Amino acid sequence: MLLEVTDLRVAYGKIEALKGVSFGVNEGEIVTLVGANGAGKTTTMRTISGLRTVIGGSIKFNGQDITTMPSHQRVKLGICQAPEGRGIFPGMTVRENLDMGAYARVDQKSVAVNEDMERVMQLFPRLRERTSQLGGTLSGGEQQMLAIGRALMSRPRLLLLDEPSMGLAPKLIAQIFSIITEINQQGTTVLLVEQNAAQALRRADRAYVLETGNVVKMGKGIELLDDPAVRAAYLGGR
Amino acid sequence: MSLSDAFKELTSRPARTVSGVGERVGDMPRVARWSLIALFVVSLYLMPWWPEVPLLGWLVDTPGTSFEGVITDKVVIYVLVALGLNVVVGLAGLLDLGYVGFYAVGAYTLGVLSSQHANLPWLLCVPIAVAVSMISGVVLGTPTLRLRGDYLAIVTLGFGEIIRISANNADWLGGSRGISKIAKPPNIGPLKFGILDAKPYFFLGLTIIIVVVFFLRRLEHSRVGRAWNAVREDEDAAELMGVNTFKFKLWAFAIGAAIGGLAGTLYAGKVRFINPSNFPLQLSILFLAAVVLGGTGNMWGAILGGAVVAWMPERFRNFADKRVFVFGVALVLVMVFRPQGLIPRKIRKERWLANWKPPQRTPQFGETGTGRG
Amino acid sequence: MSDWLIYRTFWDLTVTGVALGAIYALVALGYTLVYGVLRLINFAHSEVFMVGTFATLITATNFIGIPLIEEGNYPYRTGITLVAVLLACIVGGMVVSGAGAVLLERVAYRPLRGSGEHVGAVVLAFASAFTVSLIFTGSTRTNIIIGLVGTAPLAVLYLRIFRRGRSAPRLAFLISAIGASTAVAEAVAIWGPRDREQYQTSRVLEKRVLFEFLGTDVRIDYVLVIVGALLMLTALVLFVNRTRLGRGVRAVAQDVETARILGVNVDFVILVTFLLGGVMAGAAAMMFTLVYDQTRFNIGFLLGVKSFTAAVLGGIGNLRGALLGGLVLGLGENYGAALFGGQWKDVIAFVLLLTVLMFRPTGILGESLAKARV
Repeated sequence: MLLEVTDLRVAYGKIEALKGVSFGVNEGEIVTLVGANGAGKTTTMRTISGLRTVIGGSIKFNGQDITTMPSHQRVKLGICQAPEGRGIFPGMTVRENLDMGAYARVDQKSVAVNEDMERVMQLFPRLRERTSQLGGTLSGGEQQMLAIGRALMSRPRLLLLDEPSMGLAPKLIAQIFSIITEINQQGTTVLLVEQNAAQALRRADRAYVLETGNVVKMGKGIELLDDPAVRAAYLGGR
Repeated sequence: MSLSDAFKELTSRPARTVSGVGERVGDMPRVARWSLIALFVVSLYLMPWWPEVPLLGWLVDTPGTSFEGVITDKVVIYVLVALGLNVVVGLAGLLDLGYVGFYAVGAYTLGVLSSQHANLPWLLCVPIAVAVSMISGVVLGTPTLRLRGDYLAIVTLGFGEIIRISANNADWLGGSRGISKIAKPPNIGPLKFGILDAKPYFFLGLTIIIVVVFFLRRLEHSRVGRAWNAVREDEDAAELMGVNTFKFKLWAFAIGAAIGGLAGTLYAGKVRFINPSNFPLQLSILFLAAVVLGGTGNMWGAILGGAVVAWMPERFRNFADKRVFVFGVALVLVMVFRPQGLIPRKIRKERWLANWKPPQRTPQFGETGTGRG
Repeated sequence: MSDWLIYRTFWDLTVTGVALGAIYALVALGYTLVYGVLRLINFAHSEVFMVGTFATLITATNFIGIPLIEEGNYPYRTGITLVAVLLACIVGGMVVSGAGAVLLERVAYRPLRGSGEHVGAVVLAFASAFTVSLIFTGSTRTNIIIGLVGTAPLAVLYLRIFRRGRSAPRLAFLISAIGASTAVAEAVAIWGPRDREQYQTSRVLEKRVLFEFLGTDVRIDYVLVIVGALLMLTALVLFVNRTRLGRGVRAVAQDVETARILGVNVDFVILVTFLLGGVMAGAAAMMFTLVYDQTRFNIGFLLGVKSFTAAVLGGIGNLRGALLGGLVLGLGENYGAALFGGQWKDVIAFVLLLTVLMFRPTGILGESLAKARV
């Protein structure tokens, strides 16, 4: 198992945001965490990236315990995230933003980095047109592409995507999701957090349902999509 | 509650700070509460005699200087200044690095009106001086309060320096020689304000502090106080909610300036001789240190901070030339270990959040999985 | 101080103003860098500068053997030897100021960020044991011994507290910096090479007139200062814009958390930021002693305030703004002093700042390390 989260507990002050979350991601999968606002999805992602300190439980990556490892070392191991709200550096150009993705790589300025840049440009042709534009001037959809592309520049083994569809038009959402599938097919494992549960469950190999800091349900993506309770709670259907 | 329960209660609680004490006093029956407060106030009025109390005396007495002099010339003044600066920095969240300017305006107004250019009595000069300080606060605040936090800091710092240099260069204000023979407060019955006995000045200062404390307490819990809270926590949100943030920031500035000016008059009336070197830029920094050291936004913290900053260097006079160094180290240590100050602000929000539990919803569907892939 | 200014010509004032402005600019860079990355006024930066002046002085007198001005004449070096001496002095200033800035970050700032800090714990443990001992005995040697003995147990305790996991409020950083600044200045006054008096340093180079410019004699030290400051600034801008670490600095300035997610070691970047600011201040310190031939334990305070004013004037967080702000301030002060009298010099500086902020609330060039390209 590539990522193994066991009984993870995280608190903001005295409020426990995660009360023992456990799940795992196998190499090559797309796994999604779905749930309502405040269920703890983003907290989980931030904790995997090392932005939150843990009060209990453990995170293992590729068999190695990374629970207390500083963020920047996790990136070196191959965990990279496109965060919620995209986190584009507004004062850097698209090119520089992408370069930031390769910040932690050992093979700086190598052919491999250029190849990866080319690959990102192929995935997102829009970015190629805008290489020397400032990140802050991009549209929401372009920023999302940049965030994903930037995370790919670190050549991650595990790509964390937090709400990639947030604030985007439906047509763009479909496009982003098909690109995510494409990235996965090219060999990158993906952990995806989504409020747009329908799309996410359709694309995911497996899914976990989070509710107020607990995993309440798990299963294959398609199966959960048909689960009446999940439908009632998250898909607005009957 | 049985005795053993009471003991358990006492031992199980972590050490509380003075704010905790305040809460417990608040929970007491009315009579007990008021007599306790009265006792406390009386003991404050007896402060000039503290050095004669056995253990307390050893703790507080200032070797080499008269304790009486220290509490009248420094402690009372610093406490008043800290109270005023706390309104600006602690309540409204405006970083003011030039507070000494208002203090100087107050002192100089008294000097000008009672000695340099007129012979008005102290009692008349003080309200005028406070009003002039307040106006100077408005004059400085009107153009500058639209600036964001750190810009305000440097501008106010400049203001303090401008006041000092102007006083130094204007012959009308006595230039670098300063102003002497400033009016002293009028005698009230047995209280004779002379040079021999500092106690009357102390009683006067303490009384003013108590009045200011009552005034500020009322203010803090008023609409203005709530507006300051909103401005401090999130200015943009407050503005969106319809709070005229600029107006309330200006109020904070004006009230802070008035209290600073009042402290200045108290100082000038006691020492009766002022010159520009009494108001260096470093004094502003020291005042700010007093507020933050005590606990930004907490009136009791400001009082403690002001007292500590004024008294500590005098207490340790036996290594006279090294006490400023000790003060610097102490400042770092307090900030590192108690970043919220000695008496932190009570945060009501935190208290209810601590007791708040998210509603426990039972899963509406199927089995509860703690999944492993 | 006031009258001589009036007899000087406009161009005379310009040359000296630019040189003074260049020194302001170099010190301002330290404020701007730290503000850009941490959103903090690094109040102790003035002491980093002050320590640099003493480092240059010690390099010149103790290592090179140039006597103090008051101690008599000194045969000026020329040619390659002079260059070597100047380089040694500036490197001395830069090394000590840079190290001082880094130490400052680890002692007065990082413990407040709440993620644990070893160096800070050790230094503060020593400082507190030393200080407590100082309160009771006057013998410096005893104090040092007690300080050393107390260090180990206290450091262990302190480190536990420094891992509190959350950052202190912003004002706490400011006060901690003020405390550190006070302690450093006082330590130099008490245990430093000289007491509290102002005194003249050693003169490293003969202040010859290099050339005439619009009827004004331009002295060699002014030229060195102006050229040196421009070189330092160019190097800094190149570093921040062109290197990987420089990009890391900008990333942290714009969005700390995203920088973390992308693998930037934020603590290291902050350290580098302080180091850069310190190195610039060290260079400024050497140039200051070169022109003004004097130093004192409290020389940093007013110069620091002025340099911070320069940084705000140009737009804090903006590297080019620091240069522009420094120059505007240096020139404005000189012209203003000639017009209104030297005693109003400082008032002119602040009135200038106020006027600029009225019309451009974020300085002449605006804030930029964060928002736009440097």
